[in-house]
Amino acid sequence: MRITIDPITRIEGHLRIDCEVDGGKVTKAWSSGQMWRGIEQILLGRDPRDAWAITQRICGVCTTVHAITSIRAVENALDMEIPLNAQYIRNLIMGAHGVHDHIVHFYHLSALDWVDIVSALDADPVATSKLAESLSTWKLNGAHEMRAVQDKLKSFVASGQLGIFANGYWGHPAMKLSPEVNLLAAAHYLQALEVQRKANMIVTILGSKTPHIQNVAVGGVSNAINLDSQSALNMERLYHVKTLIDEVGDFVKNAYLVDVAAIGAFYADWTGYGSGVTNYLSVPDMPIDTKGTQFTLPGGFIEGGDMGTFQAISNYQDKYFEDNVAESVKHAWYEYSGDGKARHPYDGETNPAYTDFQDDGKYSWVKAPTFKGMRAQVGPLANVLGMFAAGHEPTERYLKHVVGMASSLLGSEIPLTALHSTIGRHAARAVRCAVLYETLADQWNRLVQNIGKGDLTTFNKPVFPKGEIKGFGYHEAPRGTLSHWCVIENGKIKNYQCVVPTTWNAGPRDDNDTPGPYEASLMDNPIADPELPLEVLRTVHSFDPCLACAIHVADPDGREVVKVKVL
Amino acid sequence: MTILVLGVGNLLLSDEGVGVRVAEALEARYVLPVEVSVIDGGTAGMELLEPIANADRMILLDAVTADHPPGTLVTMEGEDLPAFFRTRLSPHQLGLPEVLATATLTGDLPNEMVLFGVVPESLKTGMELSSTVAGTVDELLGHVTARLEAWGVTVTEKSA
Repeated sequence: MRITIDPITRIEGHLRIDCEVDGGKVTKAWSSGQMWRGIEQILLGRDPRDAWAITQRICGVCTTVHAITSIRAVENALDMEIPLNAQYIRNLIMGAHGVHDHIVHFYHLSALDWVDIVSALDADPVATSKLAESLSTWKLNGAHEMRAVQDKLKSFVASGQLGIFANGYWGHPAMKLSPEVNLLAAAHYLQALEVQRKANMIVTILGSKTPHIQNVAVGGVSNAINLDSQSALNMERLYHVKTLIDEVGDFVKNAYLVDVAAIGAFYADWTGYGSGVTNYLSVPDMPIDTKGTQFTLPGGFIEGGDMGTFQAISNYQDKYFEDNVAESVKHAWYEYSGDGKARHPYDGETNPAYTDFQDDGKYSWVKAPTFKGMRAQVGPLANVLGMFAAGHEPTERYLKHVVGMASSLLGSEIPLTALHSTIGRHAARAVRCAVLYETLADQWNRLVQNIGKGDLTTFNKPVFPKGEIKGFGYHEAPRGTLSHWCVIENGKIKNYQCVVPTTWNAGPRDDNDTPGPYEASLMDNPIADPELPLEVLRTVHSFDPCLACAIHVADPDGREVVKVKVL
Repeated sequence: MTILVLGVGNLLLSDEGVGVRVAEALEARYVLPVEVSVIDGGTAGMELLEPIANADRMILLDAVTADHPPGTLVTMEGEDLPAFFRTRLSPHQLGLPEVLATATLTGDLPNEMVLFGVVPESLKTGMELSSTVAGTVDELLGHVTARLEAWGVTVTEKSA
């Protein structure tokens, strides 16, 4: 039989997943983006210095990451050096955004695939608190807190308005947690709402505004640094940022990491599903020199899940990265001129060629990217494995901590290879979040020390030459490797392509008909009830899908009756 | 008392961005007291929980598809608003509907809310408003300033 989920709820864009199910498991899958993203065409002919402000509108969730990546692409084309303060301030913004995004993804987008909110109503708050306190020293795990959360949920459910919890798969046979673990997770769900606000405040303080930061520019940032001025980035604001970093870090280390380990242990069978494509691509990030040759966080390419194959990507001029990215449209609703084969982004074209949904032909608005001609998975798992392979100490420490905690809860050793899975993606995201927290603290120190040396520079002026130049910029974004590619002629944009993380993961089959990461990861997933395919959502949500393109119009003629008054 | 004026929509899809355009116009043309914050919400999600939770009253600006001709101005008040946002197929992972639902759960929803919207004509890829919808911006702005004044806020037009 065939099941179609269209749209996958709680998902950016409009993603359709089709699965063939035989004998209670998935035997074939298709991932289809159902909206056209023609935003690159808006950029043609514009001033490259304006591109970042436009590209940050591509997606409501990833505003910051597109702004930064666009700026890096233009700076790369100009071969610019960026002042250290600007690098640190950008790094702080990106790191805080990443922490915010990971917390929201785990607690507010995917936890409810594993946690049964309704079951939490039956929990014993005292037993819940005892369990929680045996796992961590987090300050908000007391019985009083648990009882308050349970009362809140009870009154919410009693009101008949489940609101944010309305679409859950409550009571589904694949839900396995005890009422106490469910209550604990529900408590942290609510606490995470507060914590994500703090992470976002860091972005607001440094980026001048949120959700659309205002402070970046090709050549640096526009923040004025003056430790004694009320209107500039001063010591008071910097210390506010430091306090927020520490508060958020406390939650990440003592609640998020612990929750992920617990869910991993109770759903250990899910370490056996969802591996899919095990070529992993990530890029280095958090540059700490002016030229982009030294980074706090490493990145690179791993082939076939074998850490020994890791090849680092090491700077903003790296040919290994620049030369090996291509995009196929054989199964996507576009056509290329010439032989129609996969093209490098500099030569990319965005010519729509819509057909119907054809199982063996074209079936998606998402292109299919490849690295060295191979499909590659991107995201926190790819990033964490890359950093681990590169010997990055904090990554190794947090990874061993989480896997160790899950192993002791399970009562048997979980090998690192268990990370190639649906649960592994959640574990890796939590590890990355903790690593980002440490990086934030490190970048803050670097910024304050550099200012202390008397360096207040934040901007170098870009100069555009006559003739044609090309550049690429990359960023290890919350959903994985993001790259922008631009061709500039006489100071105007001639071509612009964004290769976004969800393109890597959600792309359809490629020129060789090889399935993309979503499609491959769904193979053999168990399906307990084809009418309620929770298992498919678990695997797809573990990638943190985000089909950025976002039409957003309100439609009052929907299911509920509401009153619109003509003015 | 804190008042939030929140313009939402995608600036890259012509009339879809009208809410943001009106918010921009409000900031550009008027002097507003500190208790009024104007935010270009774009298509953001959970980032908006902070300003919404901090607001006692909120004016939302958005494009609204309704059974009326393009350029028709519409409004909606109070409890209809969260219900209204639930009806749309949100393309966002955690869009405004989820943020409002979350604020309901945490008890952080503003006490008073009103939406001023306009029916779009074009949702094509592009950064310009259609002339039909561009022609309604001043009138929408008038509704916003009138509501602010009804809430006791002094709104002064900037001198040219």
